Amino acid sequence: MNEALNIFTRGFVKENPVTKMLLGLCPVLAVTTSAVNGLGMGLATTFVLLGSNVVISLASKAIPSTVRIPSFILVIATFVTIVDLLIQAFSPELNQALGIFIPLIVVNCMILGRAEAFASRNGLWYSIIDAIGMGLGFTFALLLLSILREVLGSGTIFNIPLVGEDANTILVFALPPGAFAGLGLIIAGLNSLEKKMGGKK
Amino acid sequence: MNEISGILLVIVSAIFVNNVVFARFLGICPYLGVSRKLDTALGMGFAVTFVMTIATAIGYVLHYGILVPYKIEFMQTIMFILVIASLVQLVEIVLKKVSKSLYNSLGIFLPLITTNCAIFGVALIAIQEDYSFVTSVVFAFFSAMGFILAILLFAGIREKLEEADVPKPFKNVPIGFISAAILSLAFMGFSGLVK
Repeated sequence: MNEALNIFTRGFVKENPVTKMLLGLCPVLAVTTSAVNGLGMGLATTFVLLGSNVVISLASKAIPSTVRIPSFILVIATFVTIVDLLIQAFSPELNQALGIFIPLIVVNCMILGRAEAFASRNGLWYSIIDAIGMGLGFTFALLLLSILREVLGSGTIFNIPLVGEDANTILVFALPPGAFAGLGLIIAGLNSLEKKMGGKK
Repeated sequence: MNEISGILLVIVSAIFVNNVVFARFLGICPYLGVSRKLDTALGMGFAVTFVMTIATAIGYVLHYGILVPYKIEFMQTIMFILVIASLVQLVEIVLKKVSKSLYNSLGIFLPLITTNCAIFGVALIAIQEDYSFVTSVVFAFFSAMGFILAILLFAGIREKLEEADVPKPFKNVPIGFISAAILSLAFMGFSGLVK
């Protein structure tokens, strides 16, 4: 059980896919203009990761190692197509906001990375925990950045206004440069936080 | 005449205004990963140009030749990723046979390209924007040029950053993002060029 807990939590902080491993950054930077988009993208990615980890951990013995990367990508692409169609059916607004970044979940290197590094070598149970841990860690990072950008850039949080309508907001945070700067600041912040916590121990 | 000015607009927009890295956020992983040195950045850039142009052309033909007539557009994601993955393998095999020196300089970047979202993204955008075949190929080629421009600029900055006195928490990655933010800000200055 301890092992499971360990696998689950490391996706959050120690091996967070975004802030530590720097994987899957394109959607992180592109869709985080609002917290709703960030959450939607995070959950969609988590779903794909869970699906691909389950299938790959079950099928890994049957896949010859020479064609394993193309096979993994096909499995991932299948789940991405499912998510794409589900989002189109149930939330046209989210579909509009995330745009081409939904099909682009296929090439999110985090998912292929987990398939190759974890799911193909571990059993079903651990692979599920790994997918949920990593997926939530990814979602957490997306939420952090998107809340920062939405609050500073448009003065709202989850579309709820925080300041008066005519208040000046730092528009640049809603634009592409704000994505790079925001992520840089968050990683730097986490670095110094970690150093402080490590120093106390 | 209209055709030509349209293509010119696509070129300017692909390189500067909607730069793949700074405006569309595609290909960030290789952008951060291989931009430590100028020459590796250039090698990656050429490999991307090669695959991106061919992948967009083949993707275009397959999309309008197979998916649309049979009304199976939902297979787009799976088809594109298969095209890209097999194309990368093919390019690797051909390069190995034809030019050993080119293979040695581009070889290590080729496997990485499969998961470079810029390739897939550009091919998808070309379909979504309803570009004609010629425009799609031009768009793909010059998007790749935009990628090279971004990655070269960044590699140059990073080589200087190595010697800079950066505050400790900002070392390496965070300062990279901050410089990317400033570069991206500069690129926003081009946005008036194309409506």
